[in-house]
Amino acid sequence: MVFTVFLREEVSAVLEHLLINNEEAAAIILFGIGFTMLLFQQNLIKKLIGMNIMDSGIFLFLASMGYIEGRKAPIIADGVQDTSAYINPVPAGLVLTGIVVSVSVTAVMLSLSIRLYKRYHTLDLDEIYLLSRHQMEDR
Amino acid sequence: MEPVSSFPLFTIVFSLFSGVLCFLLRGRIAKHYTIVYELVLIGMVTAVLLYTVKNGMAFTYTMGEFSAPWGNEIRAGVLESVMALLFMVVMFCSVAAGHRFVNMDIDESKINLYYAELNLMTAALMSIIWTNDIFSGYVFVEILTLTSCGILIVRELGRTTLAAVRYMILNLLGSGLFLLGVVLLYTMTGHLLMEPMQRTIASLSWNPDVMPTLIMAVGILTIGLSIKSGLFPFHYWMPDTYGWATPTSAAILSSLVSKAYIFLLFKIYYRAIGINVFERMPIRNILLVLGICGIIAGSWSAIRSNNINRMVAFSSAAQIGYIYMGLGLGGISGYTAALFHILVHAITKSQLFLTTPHLAEVSGESLLFKELQGSGRRNRDAGVFFTISALSMIGIPIFAGFSSKLLFGQAAMGHGNKKLILVMLALAVSSMLNALYFIRTVIRIYTDDPRNHVKTRHRPDYIPSMLVLTGCNLFLGLFSWVTAGLIQTGLSMFG
Repeated sequence: MVFTVFLREEVSAVLEHLLINNEEAAAIILFGIGFTMLLFQQNLIKKLIGMNIMDSGIFLFLASMGYIEGRKAPIIADGVQDTSAYINPVPAGLVLTGIVVSVSVTAVMLSLSIRLYKRYHTLDLDEIYLLSRHQMEDR
Repeated sequence: MEPVSSFPLFTIVFSLFSGVLCFLLRGRIAKHYTIVYELVLIGMVTAVLLYTVKNGMAFTYTMGEFSAPWGNEIRAGVLESVMALLFMVVMFCSVAAGHRFVNMDIDESKINLYYAELNLMTAALMSIIWTNDIFSGYVFVEILTLTSCGILIVRELGRTTLAAVRYMILNLLGSGLFLLGVVLLYTMTGHLLMEPMQRTIASLSWNPDVMPTLIMAVGILTIGLSIKSGLFPFHYWMPDTYGWATPTSAAILSSLVSKAYIFLLFKIYYRAIGINVFERMPIRNILLVLGICGIIAGSWSAIRSNNINRMVAFSSAAQIGYIYMGLGLGGISGYTAALFHILVHAITKSQLFLTTPHLAEVSGESLLFKELQGSGRRNRDAGVFFTISALSMIGIPIFAGFSSKLLFGQAAMGHGNKKLILVMLALAVSSMLNALYFIRTVIRIYTDDPRNHVKTRHRPDYIPSMLVLTGCNLFLGLFSWVTAGLIQTGLSMFG
């Protein structure tokens, strides 16, 4: 009995934390979805989509950590010079850098997928592996 | 400000510039240019090393106009310079020794692109070594991943493309985790530069509510980089990746790329987290256990493989295990042993990967053991160089491998009985397993073969770089105290 009350309190505390930090929670859930897709999907395109979801999760996390409600982007407007009126620009800069990296990695992976598809006519990694074992190019 | 203090930045910028330049040059000219420019880089890095040793302190180079807690910095100390020098020497030797195979394996119109990729990779390696900012570390980790994929797929076989895709997928998982770790550390401390971050973490770490989050952030970061560097159980991509690449790529990937990730990880532990805080975390023991598992699993797979390149690749997994074992042992002696082993393994493994294609060449282009019988007699100098590096891998005295095993043993002496016995057992078992498969291979390549393979003679243009690598190997073996002393000096100015 005591245990269930304790458990209920614990669960409600956890839920409260999740509600307060809903953006971070969503970001980590997205990261988890993307990570498992990248790890377990056998289709190359789905893997790549997973990678992009994973990266988006991280960017959401960064952006939500960098944003403070009621403050503006750090561009001086109306002559307000006080730093408490603006948010920190660094997380946004990191997100932009991360997006550039993610785009270039996606481009390289897509080109690799095209090359694999041209040779094996499938995007399923298991099938490609079997096919490549059949046509051994051993030296 | 003296000119030497801008050399670290110059190595990065010069490499980026050379990458773009090689893109425009023709293949042969790009090769000659790359060799000359790598010599220049070796000179610069040596100058930085001498300068830091003479002054007895590290220097930082502020980039742009914003100073310490905001801007971006480059830092050079003795340890960074030793690593950079080793990386450049191995890079130079791999390019100089393997260019004939590059010409054979790669379409002629794409050779300049290969050298362009190599130079961009040099830029990434140099920045990972010099950087003082963990987000720059992340960006260059990604550049390193992309360029290592590039030097894999230039050999247009189906198998290399598949190997590259699998390599990339694992690397992307690793990058994602590493980025998450970096972001968590940033949101906790508000800093990206390593020194301010270390100060904040030192004050945060005494708060018992913060420590679990901190351990989680460092743990995520560690998993990310250990996937990328191939720690057990993430080592199974190694044989496909190294076994099918062109020899220069295999040598560089196995001896430099995975080491760069480990060095970055060590740098984050030591400079961004602070070694005192890190030693209070349980991550160290996990690394020790996984390292030992990697040593045994790698050696066991190496024994079971029937192809010489796969064997050498699996032995890489075992050697990565040694390095993580040193990090897990901790203490100055443990870190010295781990860093010393990075040097030893880079030199020895690149030599192995650069000699095996010469043995295969006189055995009907086959890397299978049964075809390689007697190849050491057919190509005598390749046989000798293979034997030297195999002996070093086993840990025969006067060669470098022996010194690093000695350092690991000494590091274990400083710990309690449990760790001492564990490490000593791991060293004994792995030396025995190493001896088993390397001696077997050496005997195989010197056993007379009744079949007559065609002898093809080529210009022995790879011998000078092999001699340089053998010289480094013997230097690390006979005068290990010089390098170990340098590493310890570097560590003392690292924190």
